[in-house]
Amino acid sequence: MFDDFLFRAFIAGIGLALITGPLGCFIVWRRLSYFGDTLSHSALLGVVAAYALNFNIILSVFIISGLISLSLLYLQKKTNLPNDALLGLLAHSVLAIGLVLLGLLSFIRIDLMGLLFGDILSVNFMDILIVWIGGTVVLIILILIWRPLFAGTVNLELAKAEGLNPEFANAIFTILIAAVIAISIKIVGILLITGLLIIPASASRNISSTPIQMAIFASMIGVMSVVLGLYSSITWNTSTGPTILGISLIVFLITLLPWKKLLIFKKKIKS
Amino acid sequence: MENSLIELKNCGVNRSAKWLVRGVSLKVSEGQIVTLIGPNGSGKSTTAKIALGILKPDEGTNAIRNNIKISYVPQKISIDWSLPLRVIDFINLVETYELNEIMDTLSITGIKHLLYQDVRNLSGGEFQRLLMARAITKKPNFLVLDEPVQGVDYPGEIALYKTIQQIVKELNCGILLISHNLHVVMSQTDHVVCLNGHVCCSGAPKSIVADPEYIKLFGKNIDPTLAFYQHEHDHKHLPDGSIDNSH
Repeated sequence: MFDDFLFRAFIAGIGLALITGPLGCFIVWRRLSYFGDTLSHSALLGVVAAYALNFNIILSVFIISGLISLSLLYLQKKTNLPNDALLGLLAHSVLAIGLVLLGLLSFIRIDLMGLLFGDILSVNFMDILIVWIGGTVVLIILILIWRPLFAGTVNLELAKAEGLNPEFANAIFTILIAAVIAISIKIVGILLITGLLIIPASASRNISSTPIQMAIFASMIGVMSVVLGLYSSITWNTSTGPTILGISLIVFLITLLPWKKLLIFKKKIKS
Repeated sequence: MENSLIELKNCGVNRSAKWLVRGVSLKVSEGQIVTLIGPNGSGKSTTAKIALGILKPDEGTNAIRNNIKISYVPQKISIDWSLPLRVIDFINLVETYELNEIMDTLSITGIKHLLYQDVRNLSGGEFQRLLMARAITKKPNFLVLDEPVQGVDYPGEIALYKTIQQIVKELNCGILLISHNLHVVMSQTDHVVCLNGHVCCSGAPKSIVADPEYIKLFGKNIDPTLAFYQHEHDHKHLPDGSIDNSH
């Protein structure tokens, strides 16, 4: 079964969508939409470093993104600048460093399109293992830190006063995001991972009334987008990553429809 | 004293070369209501945050007794619109409680009918009652209330202060209260600390109103012997507007 490239693509994509759902919710709740962008920009540096040092790409991207997220936490404490300014500062300076290094190390040839958009159709069995094992670990850690992380998202001081440790949970959370970005690089690429984190979570917001519901719906919408997106990209021969995001955008638009009113209207007609 | 829950000794917090508060010493014991009063910007909330352990004092020490349950009603909370959060989820934020425990405190604070409402649809006063309900459900040993009745209607305010008195009795918990209502402060609390960047004066309500430092800040016209006006209802208004005569 794993011989079929399409089947492998489905399995890897579904695994990724399951993790990005709940993580994406926290990104939306904490107004960190730009955070995924920042980390994915830093991924270029990770890839260049991996080639230069002949090192594993996923690990290298994970380490660089992890360092960037921790420096964000440090800068948040040390400066009075708002989050978006700090994220912009990190994103563009790290991207610049990556490009400078890439120019210096002229022997490196990087498939830039592959890096930006990924190639889900070329995942191998090893990639699937990394997504599913890595994803399971990420999800388990997220469940373990859910209470302090969520309470701190609602109100940091309240959580801290009542004996939780939301700051530690925040640090763990940013490392989880770094891990997901590292895992997803080969599959959807750095430009699209932010979309997969934010669009399903945003769509889910429109139809859910509790936090846990929103996290679960986000995963389901993500999985739906992967499945329909892969199918459509094969049918119409479009590039896969962007098609997946296109589908999730359509799902988002559908969730905007006034479902409650429509349902009530139906009942009225019946009665 | 062994029964002190928290004890601040000579605490100061410094932010960008400015002392927000300095030299604050105070103690809250079991079954005691300590109030902080003072003008705007006098460091009341900062002091409360030191007592809670949210802020580390830059000088002085804060001793919080081990293994005590702390509840906090902050002055301001804004819930992000992206968060779907119902009243019940908000109460279960830090700990998860049995539904009947939650219903009990929600009926004490008068918002039982809002259990499954989204918190962002609550009015300011209702939200304040929710903050109180959440804090009480925890059955704390130490409770910090930072202007707990702002935006609450007058009967509600009286009911909430009665609830505070009641939980002190029932749970024998210590309370640190920040309030601008001097009548409440003077008639219902055990110990008053008057802040203005530092502790101006502190003591029992009766002794404090005679203190020259207090008179300088608040004037002479607040008489602690003045009875706190009790708007006694012989009936209860239910949320749907009907009247409950059951007691």
